[in-house]
Amino acid sequence: MSGFQLIVRGLLAENPVFRLALSMCPAVAVTTNVKNGFLLGCAVVFVQVMSNLTASALRQFVHQRVRVVIYTIIIATWVSAIDMIMGAYLPDLYDQVSLYIKLIVVFAIIISRMELFASKNPLIPSLFDGLGMGLGFMFGLMMIGAVRELLGSGQLLGFDLLGTKPLLIMILPAGGFFVIGFLMAIFNTVLKKLGLGAPPAGGHH
Amino acid sequence: MKKIMLIAAMLAALATSALAGDGLTLKAGSFADAHSIEVEFLSPLSGLEGLEPSHWRVVEASSPDIALPLEKVELAPANPNAARLTFRQNLDMGQPHQVTLASPRGSGKIEVTRNMLAVLLTLFLSAAVINNYVFSRYLGLCVFFGVSQHRDTAVGTGITFTLVMTCSGILSWAVFQFILKPLSLGFLQILVFIGLVACLVQALDTILRKINPVLFKKLGVYLVLITVNCIILAVPLLIADRNFNLAESFFFAVGAGLGFAMALYLMANVRERLAVARVPASFQGLPIAFIVCGLFALAFMGFSGLSLF
Repeated sequence: MSGFQLIVRGLLAENPVFRLALSMCPAVAVTTNVKNGFLLGCAVVFVQVMSNLTASALRQFVHQRVRVVIYTIIIATWVSAIDMIMGAYLPDLYDQVSLYIKLIVVFAIIISRMELFASKNPLIPSLFDGLGMGLGFMFGLMMIGAVRELLGSGQLLGFDLLGTKPLLIMILPAGGFFVIGFLMAIFNTVLKKLGLGAPPAGGHH
Repeated sequence: MKKIMLIAAMLAALATSALAGDGLTLKAGSFADAHSIEVEFLSPLSGLEGLEPSHWRVVEASSPDIALPLEKVELAPANPNAARLTFRQNLDMGQPHQVTLASPRGSGKIEVTRNMLAVLLTLFLSAAVINNYVFSRYLGLCVFFGVSQHRDTAVGTGITFTLVMTCSGILSWAVFQFILKPLSLGFLQILVFIGLVACLVQALDTILRKINPVLFKKLGVYLVLITVNCIILAVPLLIADRNFNLAESFFFAVGAGLGFAMALYLMANVRERLAVARVPASFQGLPIAFIVCGLFALAFMGFSGLSLF
């Protein structure tokens, strides 16, 4: 597959949030507005791409039996890096998402891409796979964030659009679950219409 | 000659103590409500002269330079030995407060802390229901949706998770307080905690396999799920972040675990019914599960009004 196809696959057919249902925790937690979704999305893209590249570069040296441990350490290293970078340069925004940035370490999506793709492919395809999955995740987070911000506080990216708060519940915990449920259903329907495969089983990890 | 000097010294001491007034001595203090502290003396108070707001100085132990503004001092309603200090703003009852009295009638200093049991109970309930991990912190969703299909698996997972969360909470508390903090290696917490959890799960796996094979057969499968799971890692991170002590960490971890187990059990009950319900095609599977979860979260919002102490 070409680089472009790899990215599109990550965005649509194998979108980590809506299709694979992986790493949902932050998808509900930080997405009360678009900006937070974007910020966490950036962190995930960074960690996914760097971890993919590292795993791909080291694929000849990592023994099959210890790979999970090695991968976890690689991810934890990159997560610590982005955690410190964001804490230093974006302290205000960081305060709202810090716990979830640390928890990127246990995102199933990252280790599963390393295991399924980067450990078997050279650097360049791994880079695009990481980009695709990371951007797919960011896209999912920003979609959820947009719906919740618009309906919950009548704003988009901090600009007042509606002048009223139509559904306050959307920025509360319950709203996050509702939005994801509905967006997943819409995603499934649209992809089925486009003929891009049946809904995956999903739900594990 | 020596005797005379001794007597003179004793007389002098007596004179100064008489000058200091009726010698009120502070005994103890406690939080009366959100913005007042009740201070008890060893002897009854006859009046409030010399105990006006200007004679008191109350600070939080963590910021001893900022005196909290006192609004008034009055006699406590039930206890003749006590005075009640009312403040303009709400007190942070989680913090120990230092109360200093400097007045002609006596001086002294006491520390006021909240009842430990109340703190622990609040922490426990807050972790279990008010800030339930699944419904208001959104952690552990992967496992939550993965294993909530059947009640049996839900119970097994719930028990295993509570066990591991408690053990890893305590262990990481010790590592953080005694190793990482003194060496200022706080930035390594992610790496250290994840290694710790992985080792713990491996150890539990081995121990359980040896001492109770029956239980291992039941719970062993869920152990695999645990190592890389956000709900397990979040407990050590939150404990380190909030600087809990040992007892607080324990109750926080147990509360979080039991709250997760309860959420899992509730969800499993609903999903067993959902399996035979007629759900629109595009909502089948995860979408409807998310919407059910949203309804639960809505119900759990009711607990946020719960304020205990």
